[in-house]
This record gives sequence, C-alpha cells and structure tokens, in this order.
Amino acid sequence: MRLTIEFGGGLELLFQSVKIHQVDVPTKTKGGQLTMKDLLTWVSDNLLKERPEMFIKGETVRPGILVLINDCDWELCGQLDATLEEKDAIIFISTLHGG
Amino acid sequence: MEGRECDCREGRRAGILAELKSLKQQKIEIEKRINVIETQLHDGGHFAEEEGVRDPHHSASCNSASASLTPQDIYRYSRHLLLPSFGVQGQLNLLKSSILVVGAGGLGSPALLYLAACGVGCIGIVDHDVVELNNLHRQIIHNEAYIGQSKVKSAAEACHGINSTIRIVEYPEALGSQNALDIVSKYDVVIDATDNVSTRYLISDCCVVLGKPLVSGAALGLEGQLTVYHHKGGPCYRCLFPSPPPQAACQNCSDSGVLGVVPGVIGCLQALEAIKIASSVGEPLSGRMLLFDALPARIHIVKIRGRSLNCVACGENATFTRDSFQSFDYEKFTQAPFSDKTRPKLSLLPESARISSKEYNECVERGEPHVLVDVRPEHHFMIASLPKSLNLPLSTLQSRLGEIEEALKREESDLSPGSHASLYVVCRRGNDSQRAVDYLHGVGFPLAQDIIGGLESWARDVYPNFPMY
Repeated sequence: MRLTIEFGGGLELLFQSVKIHQVDVPTKTKGGQLTMKDLLTWVSDNLLKERPEMFIKGETVRPGILVLINDCDWELCGQLDATLEEKDAIIFISTLHGG
Repeated sequence: MEGRECDCREGRRAGILAELKSLKQQKIEIEKRINVIETQLHDGGHFAEEEGVRDPHHSASCNSASASLTPQDIYRYSRHLLLPSFGVQGQLNLLKSSILVVGAGGLGSPALLYLAACGVGCIGIVDHDVVELNNLHRQIIHNEAYIGQSKVKSAAEACHGINSTIRIVEYPEALGSQNALDIVSKYDVVIDATDNVSTRYLISDCCVVLGKPLVSGAALGLEGQLTVYHHKGGPCYRCLFPSPPPQAACQNCSDSGVLGVVPGVIGCLQALEAIKIASSVGEPLSGRMLLFDALPARIHIVKIRGRSLNCVACGENATFTRDSFQSFDYEKFTQAPFSDKTRPKLSLLPESARISSKEYNECVERGEPHVLVDVRPEHHFMIASLPKSLNLPLSTLQSRLGEIEEALKREESDLSPGSHASLYVVCRRGNDSQRAVDYLHGVGFPLAQDIIGGLESWARDVYPNFPMY
C-alpha cells in the first residue's frame, strides 16, 4: 500500500533528518487491510534509525506526538485500529515547547 | 399614493431594522458587562474599576456605538473601522478587552506589539527574565538599550511607545501555581508565549479552572505550531497531551536554535487569534491546529480532537479545582523545570577524571603534550573552538576512536619511551564531555579527563573574549 509518511517537530531527526517518506507498505494478504498498528510496527522496523524510545512507547507512539491521518487527529478515526487506504498521508508530529 | 405608501413601509422597515441592530449591540454590551461583573464577584475586584481605566460602555444611554470612541480613537483605528466585518463594534470590543501575554520572548514580542497597536484595552505581560544580546535576533520588542533589564519593563515601554492610550500591567515574575490564579483571573484571553512544557501545562490548567480561552503558540528551529485551547468546545492542552513527553523530547531554543522570524510568524498569528476572540469576530482556531514549516514554506491546518470527556482538567469528572491546581507540582509532573535556562548538571565522573578550565589552561601554558577532543556537533564546532582541538561529535565517537589513537601517537612521538600524552575532552557546558569520558574509559582510554563546565567555564574563568553562543 503506497502511503506518504511525514515526520515533524524534530521527529525527523530519528529518521535520518528526512521529513517526507513515500513508502510502499506490504499488507498481510494481497489487497488486505493495513491498520495504524501495523503501520507503526512497519515504521519502527523499517524507517526508525535511532533512539526508538523517542518514537514508540509500548504499542503506541510516545506521549507528546500527534498523529494525523489525512490531516485529521487519529483519535477521531480509531487511533491504532484506524484502517488505511491507498495514498493516505500520515503525519507524526512532536509537539514543540519553545518560544 | 402607492409610491408614498411604499416609501412609508420602507421607512418603517428601515426604522425597525435600525432598532433591531441597536438592541443587538446593546445586548452584546450587556452580556459583556455581565461577564465583567461576574468576574468581579469571583475575584474580588477588577482592574478596570479599581484603577479607573476608561470604559466607553458606561455611556449606556447613547445608542450610537461610535459615540463611545473618541475622535482620536476614530482616527487612530480608522483602518479597522473601515472593515465591514470588524468595524466599530469590533474595535469597541477590543478596547474594553484585556489580554494576558505570558512570555515576552520570541512569540510574545510580535504578539505584544500588535495587541498594543490595535487597541486592546488592557495588556498584562508576565516574564521573569532579563533582555540578553542573543535574544535580539528574534525578540523584536526589545532593543540594545535594555540589555540586562527586565523584559517586562522593556516590552511595556515599547507598547506604551506605540499606544499610550491603553493600559499595560507589568508582572516581572515567573508564572507559578501560587500567583497564576490571581493574575489570570483579571484577563479575558490568555496567550501562552512561554518556552517550556511545565509552564504550558500550568497555564492550560489555570485557564480551565478559570474558564479562559488560551491562545497557544510554540516555535523551535524552523517550525511552529498554533492552536486555541479551551474555547467553544475545543480541547485543553491536557486533552491533547494527557501525559507529558519524555524530558529528552523537550528541545529548547538555546540548544537547538531557532530562526528568528519563525516565532515571529507564530506570535503574529497568536495576536490575530486573540484579537478575533476579544473582538468576537471570525472563527477561532479551536479544534484545529496550524503547523508551520519555514523551509519548504508549508502551512498545514489539521483537525484535532475535541474536549475529552475523560480529561483530568476539563473532562466530565474532572477533579481540578483552584485548590488542587495550587498544590499541583508541575515540575515533578513533567520532569522539566519552569525555565528553559535551568539545565540538569550531570555528575557522572570521579573527581580524578576531571580538570577545571583553569587547570587545562595551565597545562597548555606548560606545553604539556596532550590531545583535546571537542565532542560538540560539527555545526557548533564551526561557531568557535579552542586551538588544536579535534572535533569528534559524541554521536560519531564510537566509530572514530582510531583518530584519537593517531593524535595521541603524534603527540607522543617526541616523548621518551613509556611517557604518555594526556587526553582531554571538552563540550559546550560539560555534560556531553562526561558522557564521552565515561565511554572512553571503557574502550581503552583509562586516563581521559573532561574539562568541568566546558567552553562556558573557559569563557567565564580563563578567556572572557572566547565567543559564547
């Protein structure tokens, strides 16, 4: 499944300082579903290059990261159980505190 | 005949419409007045009444709203009055509104300038800090003459210089759980322009307890974020971030850097949101968040969750009260200090593995053979470095140990057999150098020592002209 994954707010530093990743994520079965939970596992195994604790805590993202599916808070679309579709855009953004 | 009847009907209709408009305006004013009086009842007094700030809405007998604006007001704010969607009513709402800006730094600077210029009736400014030279590239409200002086004083005088007709209240102190309720209760809208996560939770909770809308902005590096919390069914900060982030995820401007104009953009947008709320115009950025990325020139506005029913601060069964707010330990909760200037002092090494910057200077003056490794990131090293130091950033140290060995061999080539050159490690403040020495001890460099306090102590105790950043 082709997806656009974006990291921001400093999270990109864990992904070789690349913010936007065009990826093709395999589904378990051909044409099968992909949930956010599956995607997090795939990202951790395939894209995450350092300090995994700065991205993942338990089975979800660490506190202080907003997850957006097509510009919408994942809390509004099922969080880990949200199912993704071809060409969806997923943003992981770390909240900033500076000023 | 028919024409006259028609004129007459039209005339009556216009009269009714005019009366309706006038009554609606009065209704808004009465509602605002009720809010003010209710606040007074809760908080035991309001600045505007106590200190005789003008309140143009006392002229309740006058139906024409513009009659409450002085001729100078009309001239000063004429470009606002000319906006059909803002107009006299928007300006009058602004003039009687009060906005608290917490933080007179990168975000607060432009926000305060615009709030003062546009005629917000009363502006409160909270900041405990003093102006420093390295603030001026982004904190544009301050100027060189105020270096070393209170940011609040500097900001207040700049605001007065732009608009002497508004009231500025100075709070040259840090906002904490003891003074927050008292200060925040006096204002209609709060702007969070602070620089640390502890204060962000504190301000949000305080706004929830007091029922105030919060315009929250943040900026770091080349990115900024903006939203309005606790307003029109939107979430509070805790709805969005129920648990604080790990300390290592909280970068600050003095470590990570910030392009000056980035907080400027976000601060301007904070002023805009606060002006919209205070003047009751437009759609506030509630339930939405604006994400700004400077380098690719991208602005994203995303939809975020609404108020969470389970939120400990604003949820259905929320237990947060004035008392529990005052006793809540925010620094413990977030594991982060209320100031981005307080830094953890690491103490990882025994004294024998450390030397002071003065001792290092003596070693250089004696001509002692040694290698100095600087473990700062390369872009830090490019700013300024000590003579003959070898830059091996901490993150790359593991793979570059050979370079240390070679450098030591070069130093030792002129020495009698069996003599060793010393190995010293330095960084910006003396934390990473300890981590590096601790690591080096375990990989064949048992004599490595770190310079206590890093280049900061070198600049302070040895060579005051060493450029600090």
